[in-house]
Formats: sequence, structure tokens, C-alpha cells
Amino acid sequence: MEKLFQKISFSSATLVLIILIGIFISLFIAAKPAMSEYGLNFITNPVWNKEVVIANPNKQVKKDTTANKDDSVVENDFSDDDVIPMDDESNTNSITKTIYGGLVPLVGTIASTIIALIFSLPIAMGISIFLAEIAPTNISKVVGGAIELLAAIPSIIFGMWGLYYFAPLVADVFGGFQVSLLTAGLVLGVMILPFMAAITRDSMNTTPDVLKESAYALGATKFEVIKDIIFPYSKVGIIGSIILSLGRALGETMAVAFLIGSIFQLPHKLTDPTISIPVALANNFGEASGLGMSSLFYLAFILFVLSFAVISFAKFYFLRKVHA
Amino acid sequence: MKRLLINKIVLSLSTLSAFLGIVFLGWILTTLFIKGISSFHFSLFINDLINGGLRNLIIGQFVLVGLASVVGIPLGMVAGIYIREYGKGKYPSIIRSLSDIMMSAPSIVVGAFVYAIIVVPTGHTSGFAGAIALSIMMIPIVISTTDSMLSLVPKELREAGIALGASKYKVIFDIVIKSAKVGIMTGILLAIARIIGETAPLLFTSQTSNYLSFDLTHAYPSLTVSIYTLANDVEASSRDLAWAASFILTVLVLFINLTGKFITRNKK
Repeated sequence: MEKLFQKISFSSATLVLIILIGIFISLFIAAKPAMSEYGLNFITNPVWNKEVVIANPNKQVKKDTTANKDDSVVENDFSDDDVIPMDDESNTNSITKTIYGGLVPLVGTIASTIIALIFSLPIAMGISIFLAEIAPTNISKVVGGAIELLAAIPSIIFGMWGLYYFAPLVADVFGGFQVSLLTAGLVLGVMILPFMAAITRDSMNTTPDVLKESAYALGATKFEVIKDIIFPYSKVGIIGSIILSLGRALGETMAVAFLIGSIFQLPHKLTDPTISIPVALANNFGEASGLGMSSLFYLAFILFVLSFAVISFAKFYFLRKVHA
Repeated sequence: MKRLLINKIVLSLSTLSAFLGIVFLGWILTTLFIKGISSFHFSLFINDLINGGLRNLIIGQFVLVGLASVVGIPLGMVAGIYIREYGKGKYPSIIRSLSDIMMSAPSIVVGAFVYAIIVVPTGHTSGFAGAIALSIMMIPIVISTTDSMLSLVPKELREAGIALGASKYKVIFDIVIKSAKVGIMTGILLAIARIIGETAPLLFTSQTSNYLSFDLTHAYPSLTVSIYTLANDVEASSRDLAWAASFILTVLVLFINLTGKFITRNKK
């Protein structure tokens, strides 16, 4: 029995390793056709699902397709991949192929994450200062509990609330579309807020009371104690919490899916709609096939590697001390 | 004077941020409550989605989460026990780190993974694929709570058990797990609350269905996936249904979450 249980427990633990390696390998294999087709140029190519003429180039045809494409982008807020009409091309003998590039979702992912970070960072710092240093214990517990509840709300709820209530407000203030990079980033910011605040508060709480008390004894104000004693002491943990929240924001799907607009178009302004990697996966996986499917797996692979790198950087470089 | 002024400003801003956090929570909950109550009706629990109700979706979500728990909880617990009690050398800490990373990994990627290994070979979406995706989300959460709860059990308890001649296996199950029981249970409740609201891993693994079904080999009804499709529907009645479903989902998640927290507080 003893030996058997030892074996079972060892295998269960190893399962984690197997799943992670499995994710890496299976995404890589599924992405392989797109990888060998586009290589690293995939990351810098801003077009998605566009037919291009590769032989017998005919200027007339090219013009028409670009014109059609622009129209379709304007008319369809929720772009449909198959909508681009190619009537002219079927009449010519030119050979076409569909190309896929990952630049737009990559930019959308990173830009929305940065907006989320800029929005939530000051508020999260404020909340954690309030919880750790200002509020009396019982109030801190209640407020902290409420903030934790915010973290428990499913992301799809944030998406619905964001789309129907928050986005109209944002659009009133900043103008532009209701579904945009900006609204997606801001709702993402609200979502990572409790997460960032909780870890920051925990790192701040590791500051020894003796240090704080000596500073107070020297006549320091609360702000000076926070700035000169607590921040330097818990700096590493705070930076770790920021990077960890960034990793969370990168992979968030449902809230962003409601709000970013889901069109493969580079945003020129903050209030333009665009797309992020998780949303590209969520909305196109069902219909895609062939190289399009493989390109989606390529995106999934990039997202996995990116978030793996960010999260492990945060955990091992910064947060080791806090959770030890 | 200036120092005191700066101090005042910073402290007020911090208090304001905490207030803002509460405002967001209140705003979301009030919205859900108002929209949810106005579209809520008890017939939602009797009819399936095809007849404008939510019965099949709620049952479907419970079946998926239940199945994921049956797989995920024992595996996660046993793996957590290995990391804390059995592991020697560097291996357990490597697994612990990987599990931590997996916990924060994008859930949509888990969906893509399950799609590649199950949906593609079988040729269609299925309830099993969805449950597996959820259990993959669940395992690292259970590992992490088991691990940290076992670490709170004093070493002396284990030594006392071993001194009495009990085997390690007996010590773990009769002494260590027993004294960490409440903490582990809370952790498991929080893990369930977390995955019951997951949408992304189910989108292309189980998808959703308009009918009540217990056949897990085909597309399976899911409350969260249906909220997504209903909320983006042009029909106002579908959107109302989405609000009612969101309301039910949130009440469920918060109820499980608060129950978990309540158990720990009472114990302490």
C-alpha cells in the first residue's frame, strides 16, 4: 500500500509536467504548417486571411481586392473572415494564396495589457496602501474581502457589464467606438486590480514593524514611512505583483472578446477597435481550417510562450521572497 | 507644513482608490441584480434553452464542473501530497513552480490544447473534452492549496505518528490530512468557484447545446458559453436571457466563494 501510494502520488505530480510539455508540443505541432510557411515574418505581417496574387500579377485585380477589403472593414464591425468578395479574381488565371499574419492580434494584446496596467497600477497601489497602512484592522478586512470578491467574478460577467454599461460611458468621455482598444484595456484593468492589490498588500505587510516604528519615532509622516521604508523594503514583491498581473492580462479572453471589437485591423487611435490573440482564438477557432487553423495555433503558441515567460520571470525573479 | 499636506493628499488618494474598487464591485453587482431580476423567472429552471429557459445549461455546467472535479480534485490533492510529503531533492519544487505557472496560464490556451489532442482526433466537440479542459484548469489550483495547507501542519504531529510506528502513508492520511482538512476543503471550494465561471476553455471543446443532454460524447450544454453567444445576439430576448444566466452564475460563484471563506473564518 505504502509503495503503491508513493507511486500514484509521484505520477500525479509528474502529470503537471506532462501536461505542460504536452501543451507546448501539441501547439507546436499544430502550428508547424504556419511556422514553416511564414516563419518569423508572421509576427510582423499585419494582414489576416487575405488572398494575394502570387503569379500573373494583374494590377486591375489587385486594386479591386484592396478596395473591397476596405469596404468590408468599414461595414462589418465584427469582421467576418469569409466576407471579402473576390469576384474579379475567379475570372483571371492568376494563382492566389491566402496569407495570415499575427501582427494585429499581437499589437492588440500588448497594447490592451499596457492600457490595463497604466489604469490599474495607481489604483491598486492606493488600495494596498489603504488596506495595509491606513484602515483599521476590521475595516481593512471588510474592504479587502470586497476587493477579493471582485476577483471572484467570472470574466464573462466583466465582459457583459463592460459592453453594456462601462463602454458607453468611456465612449462618452473619450469619443470613438464603444468597442475599442481603450474600453477593452480599461475593463482588463478593473479585472487585474484586485489581483495586483492583493499581492502588493501582502508584500507591504512583510515590512517589519520595528522599521516602521523607528521611522515614526523620528517624526516621519505616514506617507514618508510608506515611501522611504515600506516601498524600498517590499519593492521586489510589488514589481513581481505587477508583472504577474501583466501575465494575467495577456491571456484574458472573455472580457476582452466583448469589448475589443474583434477586427483584424491595426488601431491608429486608442479608441479604434482591433483584436487580441485570445480573442482571435475564441472567435475564429470554430470556422478555421487548414493554414488558417494552423496560424491560430501559431498565435496560441506565441501567447503560451509569452505568458509562460512573463509569469515565470515574475515568480522566480521577484516573488520568491514573498511566498517563501 | 508641506510634508503634512503631501501626507494628507496621498492618504486621501489611497482611500479614494479603495472606494473606487468598491464602486466597481457595487456597480457590477447592482447591474447584474437589476438586469438579472427583471429577466428572471422560475420557468427558466423548467425550460431548456430551445424553449427560452436555462435548465439544460445549468445542469450541463454542473455536470461538466462535477466531472472536472472528480478528475481534478484527487489528482491535485495527491500531487500536492507528493510535493509536500514525499518528494526528495529538487523535483518537488520544480513541479510546484510549474504548477504555479500553469495556474496563471491563459485558459484559452488550455482550450486550444484540448482541441488539438481530443477534438481533432475524435472529429467533433464533446462534453468529455470540456470536462478535461476544466480539470486541467483545476489541478494546479488544488495542488497549490493542498501544498500550502499541508505546510501549516506542525512537524511534531508527523513525528509523533512515526514514533508510534505508523507507516508514512498512515501518518499522512490519518494525521496530516485530518488536521489540514478544513483548509483543503476551503481551497477546493474556491477552486470549484473559479472554474464554474470559466468560458474560454469550453468555447471550442464542449461548445454548448440548446437541449438537455447527458451524452458526453457530443457538444454539451454550458451556461457560460451560452451567455457569450446569447449576449452577442441581436434579439433583445436573448440578451435578457443572458443577463438572467449571468445573474444565476454570479450568485452561484459568490455563494460558493463566500461559503469557503466562512468555513475558514469559523475554524479560526
